[in-house]
Amino acid sequence: MRYVDEYRDPELAKGVAARIAAEVDAARHYRFMEFCGGHTHAISRYGVEDMLPRNVAMIHGPGCPVCVLPVGRIDDAIRLASDPRVTLCTYADLMRVPASRGASLLKARAAGADIRMVYSTLDALRIAEAEPEREVVFLAIGFETTTPPTALAIKQAKAKALRNFSVFCNHVLTPVAMRAILAGESDEATALDGIVGPAHVSTVIGARPYEFVANEYGKPVVISGFEPLDVMQSILMLVRQINEGRCAVENQYVRAVTHDGNARAQREMDDVFELQESFEWRGLGMVPHSALRLAEAFAAFDAEKRFGIHTVAAADNPACECGAILRGAKKPTDCKLFGTLCSPETPMGSCMVSSEGSCAAHYAYGRFRDRSRARMERAAS
Amino acid sequence: MKPVRRKLDTRNGRVDLSHGSGGRAMAQLIADIFHDAFDNDWLRRNDDQATLDAQEGRLVMTTDGYVVSPLFFPGGDIGSLSVHGTINDIAMAGATPKYLSASFIIEEGFALGDLKRIAQSMGDASRAAGVPIVTGDTKVVERGKADGVFISTAGVGVLPDGLSLSSDGARPGDAVLVSGSMGDHGVAIMSRRENLEFGVEILSDSAALHGLTAAMIGAAGGALRVMRDPTRGGLAAALNEIAHQSNVGFTINEELIPVKPQVAAACEFLGLDPLYVANEGKLMAICAPQATETLLNAMRAHPLGREAALIGHVVEDERNFVEMTTRFGGGRIVDWLSGEQLPRIC
Repeated sequence: MRYVDEYRDPELAKGVAARIAAEVDAARHYRFMEFCGGHTHAISRYGVEDMLPRNVAMIHGPGCPVCVLPVGRIDDAIRLASDPRVTLCTYADLMRVPASRGASLLKARAAGADIRMVYSTLDALRIAEAEPEREVVFLAIGFETTTPPTALAIKQAKAKALRNFSVFCNHVLTPVAMRAILAGESDEATALDGIVGPAHVSTVIGARPYEFVANEYGKPVVISGFEPLDVMQSILMLVRQINEGRCAVENQYVRAVTHDGNARAQREMDDVFELQESFEWRGLGMVPHSALRLAEAFAAFDAEKRFGIHTVAAADNPACECGAILRGAKKPTDCKLFGTLCSPETPMGSCMVSSEGSCAAHYAYGRFRDRSRARMERAAS
Repeated sequence: MKPVRRKLDTRNGRVDLSHGSGGRAMAQLIADIFHDAFDNDWLRRNDDQATLDAQEGRLVMTTDGYVVSPLFFPGGDIGSLSVHGTINDIAMAGATPKYLSASFIIEEGFALGDLKRIAQSMGDASRAAGVPIVTGDTKVVERGKADGVFISTAGVGVLPDGLSLSSDGARPGDAVLVSGSMGDHGVAIMSRRENLEFGVEILSDSAALHGLTAAMIGAAGGALRVMRDPTRGGLAAALNEIAHQSNVGFTINEELIPVKPQVAAACEFLGLDPLYVANEGKLMAICAPQATETLLNAMRAHPLGREAALIGHVVEDERNFVEMTTRFGGGRIVDWLSGEQLPRIC
């Protein structure tokens, strides 16, 4: 595959790994958070951790849209789909996320709800046009990457005067969540040393919104592509910033990300959406100004208004550590449920559902290391 | 006075409930579509069963259901797929497939032309493989109670004495081989799904593998421990199942696993992993280390094994992990598939 294989070249990877090994300061540790689930997945799938020195640790962040959606909102979606008039369109990832009382969209579908898996917002729009007698609701989730397409679909629905299409909006904002993570750091020992910044999100919002991380929190950010070589190069760039005592927002993903981002996409978002006062994140709790809702001009397409949705916060399983894992405070293996009661077949928490979730990625790709690592740590103590 | 017998209208006609009612319409459907396509001595007797000669050695039997959507896809259709898939299940035991049966559940309103096309394709596949369809059944259900047509098959084959292949036969040190590129069938199906066109034609690899397995048994005989056709769940599922049944682990090398560039690109685009995508004309084999070279050569000498490759080895591991060195140089597990990667591919 041209333009993909080049970024997975094992020889180049060895070269970058050797540079990282040569440049890290053996007397200190480097704790980097990769904010995005896409990076988490790449790190696990390609075994990037095997190529890093022992004192470079990757902490998985909350950048997985499926993982951070709170239980209450999934409950809402299930209630919506149970309305016999409604056809709920959603991305396949969401189908298995556990909701309250053991429910899930997949189970609701088996019980007769009309839930359809789509690949894009426009698919949902097409269904609404083809089936005028159905109330088609698109369950919109995701960070700034998936928000512009939702905005476009809503604009198209308005232009076509579609009366049977609406959006249940759960779009959230990356920089705000990043700030919540940094503001919540309390323990010096587990504090982050730097952040691997989002790839696709940054193509939309640009590099500028991360400047507060360097200016206010004194931590370096390197915006990174999603390929494994991108991630390795970004780690090297973070190591260099730290060794040189610098903290700045650097862009490794220059082939796709500019300083100011995609102006057209930002305009579409601004036209259609406005900030919500506050929104609940799994793991972060209520975060002010962290999510979007449809602006007044498009209120007719807001499923929450159309169907009178009032979200009731629902508790996560008390034994589930998804919250702490999403904040980077714990690792999947710190959770008692990991790999026993909670597995991809029977997920107890959201991090075990999406392939971008920390627990799912570690379970599917990385758990063979657990025992050998435990053995090494025992031998060392 | 004989009534004039109208020909079945396979141009514009549709299956209706009378075609499943046991009357003349059903007899005509069976004669004009199925007997015409499968044509052999057993079917011509018009019995509800086939009387077969008793065989030497041990009998191997399998049954299978086909519900693929869409019914016609690049490189095949539900008809040829049902013949190939059933033959392959017999062949993986090291047996020679002898006879097939086929049972059709047809939805009211299904186009007779499509049914004829599917039956012809089955007949062609069964003749090409030399394995006749000797008995069958037809049911018609009301509109909405099925999706076009479902096909259930059974197959019978013969296993010579002295040969015993089974999924619990893998031993540490054994070699793991595949007969060709992974993921073709699943991606071909995906490419025909609503709103997913890739711009390059990716064909299903649907094929009967009993010729290849016969050549492999001829070359490696008793050194052959396990054969498996990695259909649903792909190579990953097959390896994990064998790891559990044989209580071993695997180490494989991603770089050695053949994947067509267009399949890799489509998987990349869809967020799929070719190791989990179905194949319908490929096999995976495990053999004693000393037979590796011989077996690989025998596979490559057969048209359906030209791209055969050694991809890894069996290791001792009570956790039964399938560990893989990635192309990138790191390590990972190739775990069981969880959830659905692709709906209704066979």
